[in-house]
Amino acid sequence: MIHMTHSARKGKVFNPLFLALLVVVIAVLSLFIGVQELHLGDLFSLTDSQRMILWHSRIPRTISLIMAGSTLSVCGLLMQHLTQNKFVSPTTAGTMASARLGIIVAIIFFSQSALIHKTVIAFLFATLGTIAFTLFLRTVKLKNSIMVPLVGMMFGNIVSSISTFAAVQYEVVQNVSSWMQGNFSLIHSGNVSLLLLTLPLLALIALFGHYFSIMGLGKETSEKLGIPYGVMELLGISLVALGTTLVILTAGSIPFVGIIIPNLISIKLGDHFGNTLFPTAFAGAIFLLVMDILARTIVFPYEIPISVVTGAVGSVLFIYLLLKGGKG
Amino acid sequence: MMTIENVSKHYGDQVVVQNVTLPVEKVKMTACIGPNGAGKSTLLEMISSLIPHDTGEIYIDGGEVKSWKNGDLAKRLAVLRQTNHMNVRLTVRELVSFGRFPYTKGRLNANCLKMIDESLTYLGLKELEERYIDTLSGGQLQRVMIAMVLCQDTDYILLDEPLNNLDMSFGVQMMKTLRQLTDDLGKTVITIVHDINFAAAYADNIIAMKNGQLFAAGTTEEIITEPVLSELYEMDIDIIEKNGTKYCLYYKN
Repeated sequence: MIHMTHSARKGKVFNPLFLALLVVVIAVLSLFIGVQELHLGDLFSLTDSQRMILWHSRIPRTISLIMAGSTLSVCGLLMQHLTQNKFVSPTTAGTMASARLGIIVAIIFFSQSALIHKTVIAFLFATLGTIAFTLFLRTVKLKNSIMVPLVGMMFGNIVSSISTFAAVQYEVVQNVSSWMQGNFSLIHSGNVSLLLLTLPLLALIALFGHYFSIMGLGKETSEKLGIPYGVMELLGISLVALGTTLVILTAGSIPFVGIIIPNLISIKLGDHFGNTLFPTAFAGAIFLLVMDILARTIVFPYEIPISVVTGAVGSVLFIYLLLKGGKG
Repeated sequence: MMTIENVSKHYGDQVVVQNVTLPVEKVKMTACIGPNGAGKSTLLEMISSLIPHDTGEIYIDGGEVKSWKNGDLAKRLAVLRQTNHMNVRLTVRELVSFGRFPYTKGRLNANCLKMIDESLTYLGLKELEERYIDTLSGGQLQRVMIAMVLCQDTDYILLDEPLNNLDMSFGVQMMKTLRQLTDDLGKTVITIVHDINFAAAYADNIIAMKNGQLFAAGTTEEIITEPVLSELYEMDIDIIEKNGTKYCLYYKN
């Protein structure tokens, strides 16, 4: 039975409002998980130290999980529309690796390395790296869409090896390793503000959603309908690079979110940007919140870096999607 | 008005289209025929501004295509090129609604919704509107693409081999639809057709191209003649007439 009505096809689970509600519920749950005792019942009789923990550690952490999850998955969605390939994302297009190289360059050349230096340089590197990969995709037409993420990962690994070499040469390995692995335990009220910059970024992506929807059909169709493809492509890549950079600088590299969330949503809701944007953002937030809860509870009271948990769960889902995509 | 004057296109030393000057009659259906590699598709791409022309001028409604902003040209001229399988999960209605983009940049107003509904109904797609396009047959997808072009609400509609990959019955259906676009809706249709019998049966005017040059142009009556076609295709073509329509026989000469 292929013909289904609009409402039946979408299903209630993927209703944006329902997903938003789910984000709130899980976010509240996430607030009350941690080494320091803090229960929902204490909320109106907080001790000073509990209030301190809530405001300076738990709430910033939960907010940053939501922002990072939605930003990474929306960046992935955008990349997939820009390249017309389901398997391209900041992880598999060299964006993350390039941003990390940028951070290392910033650390080496600006020993004071203020956050603004790191942000700007990492953003530039991420943009250039992604453009390089996009140009490569355009020149070398890969017949098999599965090849694209694999080539992208190789490209990312090459960039990463340059980063490692530079880090070793300039003895900043210690300094750098914290950016390499995703970890939300270092988030506090002081550095969460950088991630809040992703809000206007997401708003901008939503604003141009209609353009990106059509760009998913390719350059020619876009130009026939009067979209300046080159300009919009550059804008899209810059937005992806900026989003990725902001996440890496606050939480570190978190793999796979940008691929699996948009693809899972697309299976249910199709490829119209207007239909998928908000569900993708919310689902990304839910995914990271859940992964973070797992990371904090598996070896309680210790904590596993979230990139390890995400990598383990994400790679299984990624293989599932690859096999599914290979058949279609 | 559309006027095409002295238009040429070359890639390096190779001349693909050479000094083509074309009369295009308004509110008529014009078929473009000719052997493979005659430059038909290139000419169509230049008219629709997908590629720039090297020399000459192409005017649409008084403006040179190069000077039209892309968004404005898309309100006057729509192009349908060969569509292979589309690997995108969009519903029929969503794809057709993209035709409104030049007007509202994606924010559909009441007029857009009316146009979308009319286009879907016109091509008999109302029942399929919620289907994903990757589940459609070739003939259905081709109808959806026409609906999208129609939804763009342009005076000029250009098509590059719309009959490709369609079986005979879908082919006839497609040509009848194009005929209706001209007769009922007053569109100026220019379509590249490989099957000269379809051109002979449905077109008002015919443009024949050969080796990048305009070989002949005129009414269907003038072009579908033995001397013109035999020289154009360099083969013997016999022409018979039945019920006022000419048919070209060339299968076994």
